[in-house]
Amino acid sequence: MYDFSALYEATSVSHAVQLMQEHPDAVLIAGGSDVLIKLREGKLAGAELISIYKLDELREVTIDPDGALRIGPMTSFSHATKSPVLQQYMPVLGEAADTAGGPQLRNVGTVGGNICNGVTSADTASTEVAYDAVLEITGANGVRKLSIHDFYKGPGKVALEKGELLTAILIPKESYENCYGYYIKYAMRNAMDIATIGCSVNVVLSADKQTIQRARIAYGVAGPVPMRARTAEAALAGQPVGEGAIEIVGREVLNDVNPRTSWRASADFRKQIISETARRGLRAAIERAGGVF
Amino acid sequence: MVVGKSVKRVDAIDKVTGRARYTDDLADKSALIVKICHSTIAHGMVKSIDTSAAENIPGVVKVITCFDVPNRPFPTAGHPWSTDPHHQDVADRMLLNRHVRYYGDEVAVVIGEDEVAAEQGVRALKVEYDELPFVLDVQEAMQDGAPQLHEEFKNNILDHTGYEVGNYEEAIQEPGLVKIEGWYNTPIVQHCHIENHICFAEEQFGKIVIVSSTQIPHIVRRICGQALGLPWGKVRLIKPYIGGGFGNKQDALYEPLCGYCCQQVGGRLVKLDVSREETFVSNRVRHAIRYHIITYARPDGRFVARRLEAFSNQGAYASHGHGVNAKGAGAFKQIYVDDKATKVDAYTVYTNLPAAGAMRAYGIPQVSFAIESSVEDAAKALGIDSLKLRQMNMMPVGYTDSFSKNVNYFDSLNQCIAKGKAYIDYERKHEEYAKQTGPIRRGVGMAIFWYNTAVWPIALEASSCRMVMNQDGSVQLEIGETEIGQGADTAFAQMVADTVGVPFDKVHVLTTQDTDVTPFGTGAYASRQTYVAGFAIHNIGTQLKNKVLKYAEYMTGKPAETLDMAEGVVFEKETQEQLMTIDELATSALYSLDQAEQFSAEGTTQIKTNAYSFGCGFVEVEVDIPMCKVKLLKMINVHDCGRLINPQLAEAQVHGGMSMAIGYGMGEQLLFDPKTGKPLNNNLLDYKLCTMMDHPDLKAEFVENFEPTSPFGTKALGEPPTCPGAPAIRNAILNATGVSVNQTPVTPHILFERFKEEGLL
Amino acid sequence: MEKKLVKCNINGKDVETYVDVRASLTDMLRNDYRLTSVKKGCEVGECGACNVIIDGECFNSCIYLAVWAEGKRIRTLEGLLGPGGELSDIQQAFVDEAAVQCGFCTPGFIMTAVEILETGKEYTRDELRKLLSGHLCRCTGYENILNAVEKTMKQRLGKA
Repeated sequence: MYDFSALYEATSVSHAVQLMQEHPDAVLIAGGSDVLIKLREGKLAGAELISIYKLDELREVTIDPDGALRIGPMTSFSHATKSPVLQQYMPVLGEAADTAGGPQLRNVGTVGGNICNGVTSADTASTEVAYDAVLEITGANGVRKLSIHDFYKGPGKVALEKGELLTAILIPKESYENCYGYYIKYAMRNAMDIATIGCSVNVVLSADKQTIQRARIAYGVAGPVPMRARTAEAALAGQPVGEGAIEIVGREVLNDVNPRTSWRASADFRKQIISETARRGLRAAIERAGGVF
Repeated sequence: MVVGKSVKRVDAIDKVTGRARYTDDLADKSALIVKICHSTIAHGMVKSIDTSAAENIPGVVKVITCFDVPNRPFPTAGHPWSTDPHHQDVADRMLLNRHVRYYGDEVAVVIGEDEVAAEQGVRALKVEYDELPFVLDVQEAMQDGAPQLHEEFKNNILDHTGYEVGNYEEAIQEPGLVKIEGWYNTPIVQHCHIENHICFAEEQFGKIVIVSSTQIPHIVRRICGQALGLPWGKVRLIKPYIGGGFGNKQDALYEPLCGYCCQQVGGRLVKLDVSREETFVSNRVRHAIRYHIITYARPDGRFVARRLEAFSNQGAYASHGHGVNAKGAGAFKQIYVDDKATKVDAYTVYTNLPAAGAMRAYGIPQVSFAIESSVEDAAKALGIDSLKLRQMNMMPVGYTDSFSKNVNYFDSLNQCIAKGKAYIDYERKHEEYAKQTGPIRRGVGMAIFWYNTAVWPIALEASSCRMVMNQDGSVQLEIGETEIGQGADTAFAQMVADTVGVPFDKVHVLTTQDTDVTPFGTGAYASRQTYVAGFAIHNIGTQLKNKVLKYAEYMTGKPAETLDMAEGVVFEKETQEQLMTIDELATSALYSLDQAEQFSAEGTTQIKTNAYSFGCGFVEVEVDIPMCKVKLLKMINVHDCGRLINPQLAEAQVHGGMSMAIGYGMGEQLLFDPKTGKPLNNNLLDYKLCTMMDHPDLKAEFVENFEPTSPFGTKALGEPPTCPGAPAIRNAILNATGVSVNQTPVTPHILFERFKEEGLL
Repeated sequence: MEKKLVKCNINGKDVETYVDVRASLTDMLRNDYRLTSVKKGCEVGECGACNVIIDGECFNSCIYLAVWAEGKRIRTLEGLLGPGGELSDIQQAFVDEAAVQCGFCTPGFIMTAVEILETGKEYTRDELRKLLSGHLCRCTGYENILNAVEKTMKQRLGKA
């Protein structure tokens, strides 16, 4: 049994908003893979919970009229991986989701929960950061949109106000169109692990596949929150496809990152992996885009 | 005959249907729940515990603190008791501790109507400490002025043993010797059986009845008696199916505390079920041992003299204590035999870390890592092929240990090596791989080991068993040796079938052991059970069979000596004429109007021999230098554990040991904050137990030399598979990259540092 | 504490009971329905011993609220036996391949195997490793578990 003091089950988004207003100190629980574990640890002991588990309306992946991919935040990792929409337009997100934890966790953990807990190691977060995702947030005053870059406020802290919940993750069409991505999770085990470094790279190549038109690189665990490597991206823009680009990215990403030393890994070790995953991630993304080395 | 055949496990059906009942499955829902309050400092004295808030929580039944428990120290190690006070285990445990000695020590318990109330109670306790300085490093703890854990053990040295064969100082004066020296470190790891330790207790029939997940029911009964100040017969210990043990449950963990809690609530049913996080820290761990090895060899490779210093980190309490380090230290002079001299000093030292106890292979994985790394380093320094260097110096055929009288009868090591190297194509690859360049390289490595079977002559080896025949000629076996998942019950059933002469499916092993019913035995440890129980089953089974044949004589008039029984059929030896089935005979005997008799036999069998078990491991790895990652491509263990009782189960057991060795070699270690002594990764996410994706296919092969001391020709297999993997992996990385790593596990973090030092990054 | 009526289908049978809202699905299955094949090994979703199938997908029932089971179809190891008590093919394969040692991880593994097998797809050995990687086992080195699942998969596909 978990030690919580009350459970309120939301039956719709508006009901969830109402419950959050009525119980301002309550903790929102989606799939539970985060909140229930904190309860076991005694960290949230005695808390009130608002469950949005039954909000199946937030479990779909669809395409908006403007071409943006609309990912319901309650979509489980495994459903993101299996989603035909994502497989067609943004397979890298499903691939990243497929590296989280193990199979059972991927059935319960949600893509939205993965960013709302504000954790830098979240496997899907770096890809969403790399694709300039836009977040749709619903509260008592209606719906607002926020760039994912403005969402992270610090470790464990995100820009959700009291009474607000994430209701969609949007990937703009210009972000995924002609764009090919690759995600590398670096961890100590090949399953059931959290990332030591997560690196998501995507590229748009010129029509002749000779030049990098746009490259975007984002990391988990290279800083306190998921982050972009803007210097490296700028250095890559316009570079010819080839080993030179690989050298550039391996070098330049180190100007962008700010990893720390913890008992999990030293900063120097993380830098080694940050550089190497950028090199391998870029190579794989270019190859997916049809570039040849 | 069924010994030697891969019959299916006797408990397999229960286990694939969910009908196998483990401790928690048997606990009544009405049980009160015990939760433990653990210390949040590494060393100090509990000044006070304010229990008032906890006592006011609805559902909290009782709070017991370290100020309430009797001052009655007790030992916890699952060793046979010694009637000689000098050989008894160190009694340094209390039920709850005022003097806390590690982060996670037990200071109080809360008994609640449910787990939530008990946990809320624990959180509501206000514990005040007088903090003391603490020490985590084994050699720092030996220094004068280091924080002292147990008053009576000066400089925290729990024990020291040393020996010298020949004269070391003289031997190293020989001109022309090459000196190779290294320090080797092994980590703290945990057993990680998937069922955490759990027990429940209730007073019944004027006794405390404790149901527990333990490897050693009879020993735990004794320890509970000692801890609670009760006559040992007033404790009844029941062991149902258990979800693995690996040595952690070869200790009295929380049975004494659970029994005490039961007493404190008027004998009501209480359950103590620890979390995974507690299991990692507040049960037992494997000793981290630091080794210093100096080898003096002639240029041709012959070892002239070697020196070993071993510093074993005991943690806060003695548990199995020095025995673990001493076993490894003894192995040093046996696995390789020096031409002139061997000198060893082994220390076991208290520190403010979790208590180390028994863990699969009891010190040999640790010392194997050090020895087999040092041999590989010596080969490199001498410019000699490391396999040849081993073969030149390893325990020769005919070697007899002066203490145990064990004999190396066969050329087992060479036979095992031959199979292993063929599977890996070792010699060709070892030479080729040494020449690689580039970021991704392959390597092969290997290691050898020997392992003692059972504990004679250090301690008692006796096995008691009882066999009772039913009306249909089937046989119940009750024996003190314990099924903990390894397949012991199946091996026992096979041996009973062949000894008594009944079909395998007519043997019923009572797997649930109950100290009020099951004959005395010391339990599952030391890879002893198949060997030791083999003597007992052979002895008692023969007695039972003789009673049956005697009855056949009564029925047929033919003398018993001329009769025999096999596969449930009584026959005349000379003519092979089948006289009757055991079904007919047993039914007649039990319901006879003239001479009704139930056949049974029981007794204790002394085992005053011991046997060497041998083997080796080979691996092939791929090292990704820029990623600092090692991928295992191939792995094989080859064992000579005598004749295989059940080849399929033997193979499965080897797989499990290899898996544990992969973790030991590449990922597992329990980490502590050096500033506080607090555990950092005591959960299954942060402690890197291998998943299915971290393994290659595992290959197990055997050399079957019939062990002459055993009636079934068998010897140790339970623990040995854990021994060679870690050094083989380390040596393969050396082959691939030229970089030696002198600590295990060889993680990406360590490789990063070493590759930088060696200029590969 | 508040109790709530939870109606669901367990192993093919519609059932209902009042559960403490704080209960995990593991608690409900073990305590209210005595389905003790659902094991507790870590209670934080890291070992897989409590794994059950909910609406066709595997979940660690230790990190799943019992009240979420409302309206769900839940399957545990106890539901695999045939009408005459006969073992299913995957259970038999675990017996035959010596994939069982202490047995504590076995129920969870078998339920994941059921989900894999019911896809009707053929997987490579490496794919199977990934699909089974949410379970920890300390006894078997996974080797024979993988063999049992692979063998049953091939049998069902007529490729054995």
